Amino acid sequence: MTAMLQRLGAQTLDHFRGWGHAVFFFLDVLRAVPASLRRFDLVVAQIYAIGNRSLVIILASGLAVGFVLALQMYYALVPFGAAESLGLIVNLALVRELGPVVTGLLFAGRAGTSLTAEIGLMKAGEQIAAMELMAIDPKARVLAPRFIGGIIAMPILAILFSAVGIVGAYLVAVQLIGVDPGNFWSIMQTRVDVLRDVGNGLVKAVVFGVACTVVALYQGFETEATPEGVAYATTRTVVISSLWVLGLDFVLTALMFSTP
Amino acid sequence: MGKRSIETLVGLFVLLGMAGLVFLALKAANLGTAGGGDTYTLKANFDNIGGLKVRAPVRTAGVTVGRVTAIELDSKTFQGVVSIEIARKYQFPKDSAAKILTAGLLGDQYIGLDPGGDDANLVSGDVLPQTQSAVVLENLIGQFLSGKAEGPAAETAAVAAPAPAPAPTPAPAPELATSASGAKK
Amino acid sequence: METNPFIEIDRVTFGYDTSRMILKDISLKFPRGKVSAILGGSGCGKTTLLRLIGGVHRPSSGRVIFDGEVVDTRDRARLYRLRRRLGMLFQFGALFTDLNVFDNVAFPLREHTQLPEAMIRDIVLMKLNAVGLRGAAALRISEVSGGMARRIALARAIALDPELIMYDEPFAGLDLISMGVAAKLIRTLNDVTGATSLVISHDVPECMAIADFVVLMANGGRIVAQGTPKELMDSMDPETRQFVRGEPDGPVKFHYPAPDIAVDFGVAVAGADGVEAQAGSSVAGQASR
Repeated sequence: MTAMLQRLGAQTLDHFRGWGHAVFFFLDVLRAVPASLRRFDLVVAQIYAIGNRSLVIILASGLAVGFVLALQMYYALVPFGAAESLGLIVNLALVRELGPVVTGLLFAGRAGTSLTAEIGLMKAGEQIAAMELMAIDPKARVLAPRFIGGIIAMPILAILFSAVGIVGAYLVAVQLIGVDPGNFWSIMQTRVDVLRDVGNGLVKAVVFGVACTVVALYQGFETEATPEGVAYATTRTVVISSLWVLGLDFVLTALMFSTP
Repeated sequence: MGKRSIETLVGLFVLLGMAGLVFLALKAANLGTAGGGDTYTLKANFDNIGGLKVRAPVRTAGVTVGRVTAIELDSKTFQGVVSIEIARKYQFPKDSAAKILTAGLLGDQYIGLDPGGDDANLVSGDVLPQTQSAVVLENLIGQFLSGKAEGPAAETAAVAAPAPAPAPTPAPAPELATSASGAKK
Repeated sequence: METNPFIEIDRVTFGYDTSRMILKDISLKFPRGKVSAILGGSGCGKTTLLRLIGGVHRPSSGRVIFDGEVVDTRDRARLYRLRRRLGMLFQFGALFTDLNVFDNVAFPLREHTQLPEAMIRDIVLMKLNAVGLRGAAALRISEVSGGMARRIALARAIALDPELIMYDEPFAGLDLISMGVAAKLIRTLNDVTGATSLVISHDVPECMAIADFVVLMANGGRIVAQGTPKELMDSMDPETRQFVRGEPDGPVKFHYPAPDIAVDFGVAVAGADGVEAQAGSSVAGQASR
């Protein structure tokens, strides 16, 4: 009995130690950012790997979500005679919530896992240790460029998701269903606020970008240097990133949108 | 993948993002119609501002001519003081009236500016002389019920003068003017 | 003995896990400008020693001295200055897989110097030439064999002409020809550049052939013997003899510790232990002879 409690206590303490370790890791990466900004070519290469390479899935998902939202909202609004507001509802849903959140989840799945795997394998192949012994800080050379790349790529992807989603909704609403295009756009334009809706959505996207990228980098860097370790780390990246995205979304939504 | 091509693609990626942002801001939000340009400020006092919010539009004849910039309470008169910004190209006579109206059935509230007939125009800093507060649901219901009790003849008179209400719940009433002239738009 | 060692290990104790010490109160002096070999079975702490010299870990007690300077893991800037004077060859190369051969060797030059690309090109080709791989400069890492990878890693390790070159198991898993090549390179590099070389290995013949100074370590972080190759080969100490001659049994036992065989197989053994052996017979009552 006491042994079980001891184990529980030890596990809890380990857990907290892990959190503390993660915080220090985050601070280390932040500290390395200015140095790596001077090597902007590395950052550019990472934006390509993280951002450009995620374009296909983000655009495809955005379009699909736009289609589906338009269809669903249409059937929901018709009984109220408010079908003309279809564009507005889809826009708000995308720009405030679905854009940042879904992009965050997809980002964690696509870019996050590739970051974790890449860094985990570098660690397993002793590349990180080799760099350290060559007096090159791996956090500045390997981690920080990826961190900056993620922060830049994520909001751009979220914007594109929302934009494509609205276009998709337009196609379904106007071309397919027959909603008046003039009303579709004008109702949107009067009611969606650039700063409050689009701006806040952008802030969310940046925050999610930070969270997902840091989690991915941490899992990769701290993984056990074995194939199983790396595999385990990539699944953890997805799970932990997703939880962070959803949790932060709740907090940010409450902060940003609760006061009308 | 050559270094140059990567740089180009990343540049395109960022450009695409900015284009998306511009699209969202202009076509899908109110950036095109909000802010910028030459404006002048007017103030209006209301007994009850209802659900009016900052950045709500100011409309005349349905056309947006300005925005609400600030809402404060005058601690002496206990009236709501609403500051509005009007585009300089629109000039209004000194006896214009401001009303708080609701857009559509479930819509947000906005300020309707009715021009008066004075030759002189309002200048920046002026206070609008005539205002009409927001319609409050409870009062409307109360009047309706008391009107029903007294009979149809008293209905119009009762509905004509909405008393200032303590509860600030805005009435989701359709755009019916409740002025004594009873002009239905 | 050694009056001006390049590397000195001064009474170092270290363990990754506080409950199990890998190195216990070790003291060693590695001569300047010579090839030193550290031999020993797996797990005796050879690689750990390299890591301590490189400042990757901090000893629990004692100090590591690099050319007269104590290795301080907490002072990052000083540690990095120190590391620029050493080159390490990892067991499997640890090449950067996202760069090609040329860029791998150029990496330390590009990161630590401001030399123009034309000069870097010349230096990289010279280093690759030294290891015999100048023609492979354009290859990708996925295209090179294991032995080639190690040579490329060596070229990268010497790119900045380090004063200390450390080799972690440079002969492991190589065929005889490649082993000969590696040994020749280690010796030649050392002589030509005047660097100090530390070779970790359990390959006795190759090490004995090229080393000036040999240290034999054993499990538990002890130093069994140290001296010139000849001294170790001629040693009468049983532990040393067993290792250098590769005898399967001796002070390092063949059998992993286990209870008496009679106990496991339930067989009676004649002699003073007979009674105990029978007591260990199986319940089913195996027929005893």
